[in-house]
Formats: sequence, C-alpha cells, structure tokens
Amino acid sequence: MLQVSTGKGPRPAGGGFETFSWYYFRISGILLVFLVIVHLVVMHITNDVACTTYSFIATRYANVFWRVFDWLLLTIGLTHGMNGLRVVIDDYVQSARARLWCLALTAVLLVVFFMLGTLTLVTFHGVASSLSGPTCVPK
Amino acid sequence: MYKGQSGMWSWLLHRISGLGLLLFLLIHIADVSMISFGPQVYNQSVLLFDYWIVRLLSVALVTAVLFHSFNGIRIIMIDFWRKGARYQRVLFGIALALTIVIALPFAYIIMVPSLHWLTAMPHITANR
Repeated sequence: MLQVSTGKGPRPAGGGFETFSWYYFRISGILLVFLVIVHLVVMHITNDVACTTYSFIATRYANVFWRVFDWLLLTIGLTHGMNGLRVVIDDYVQSARARLWCLALTAVLLVVFFMLGTLTLVTFHGVASSLSGPTCVPK
Repeated sequence: MYKGQSGMWSWLLHRISGLGLLLFLLIHIADVSMISFGPQVYNQSVLLFDYWIVRLLSVALVTAVLFHSFNGIRIIMIDFWRKGARYQRVLFGIALALTIVIALPFAYIIMVPSLHWLTAMPHITANR
C-alpha cells in the first residue's frame, strides 16, 4: 500500500498529559515570544536598564495593565520552563526514586516562585514619590 | 534528523538555552521581589548594572532568549507546516542568522553605557 503523508510530523497522540504538554509548549511558546520581546524592549531599549529603579517600576505599576502583563509573563514563562525541566529530568534521571524527588522539587519550585511573583505583583504599592528615589541621573 | 548534524545541535542549543533561561528566571523573580522592601533596598540591586560584566551577562541572556525563540518557531514550523521537516536545515540557518542580527543592536545598546571609558560619552546610571 502506498503511504500518503498526512503532512503532520510525529506527535504524542494518546490524549493524556504528554499530549497536552506537547501542545502547551508550542502555544505558550508563541505567547511568550510576544511577551518577552516587549519586556526586553521596555527594559533595555526604551530605557537604559540602569534606570529601572523603584520609581520607574512604581510608575509602570500605577497602570494595572503592566501588572497583568508581567503576571502573564510570570505564569506562562514559569510553566513553560518547568515543563521543560520536567522533560529534561525524565531524559537524564534514570532511577525512579531519584526522578520522583527531582520532579517533586520541580513542582515545589513552580509553586513557590509563582506565589512569590504573584504576591509581589499584587501587593506592590509605591511609596510617596518624594521617598521613592531617583529615576536615573546622568553621570 | 537528530544524530550528529545540525538537527542535533539545534536540539542541544535549544535545551541548553532553555535551562539557562529557566535558571535566570528563578533568580529574576527573586530579585524583583526585593521591591517589596522599599526603594532603598531595591535600588541597590539596580546599581549592579553599572558593572560591565553584569551587562555582558545581560547580552548573553538576550542572545539566549532570541535563539530559543527563533528555534522554537522553527520547531513549530516543522511540526505544523507540511514542508517544515524538509526545510529544517534552512530554517536552522535562518534562526541562527536572525539571532545574531538582532542580538548585535541589543548588545550595542546594552554595553555602550558601561563602556564610557572607551567612548567618553556621558551615561545614565541610577543615583549612588
């Protein structure tokens, strides 16, 4: 029988977590490209990075859009990265017990850093502008 | 595709850049959370960017982000475009080229303020 290519490359088809993870990498990756490029441009191009002081951030976070944007970057980036770490652990850690510990550590790191980032974004309120220090000063 | 040729290198670089970016991300979440301690504490961390080596690491970071992004787009094209696998080598070349081409202006913009001794330009820093 002639095999006709469906045009699709190999992919996990079982419908379980691995399939979800396969699609999640690609979808979250596309979103991250936009989020990260904007983040890099804001931090490095439109301002010199040494000017990303407390008052710069307070000004940004006065607009809740930037808090939501940064939170999306946090969540999607962390989950994309930790899923990648899970794949790497599965590739290199042979013993089932060691793999369990490593994957458990990965899950703990995910939760801890997600909480830390979310807490920071939600609770930040800038101090009075007279106290918040310089934006940046030419040398 | 993967053994010993450009496909293997693209996979390896994607993995290395990914792990490096993850490590950076964890450190970054921690250092930005310092902002909860107020401007005196937080602005100390910003002063680190006066050191050229920190800026050089930033350039390395941007390069890793760019490569991981472009190679990631290449992977998506291989997986979802009928002809993707046929052109995987070309796509890898494009990904590398785009990485270098876009990293260079970033490198210039990031490094110039710390090379003031070379360029004698007045440069912006946070107040000491």
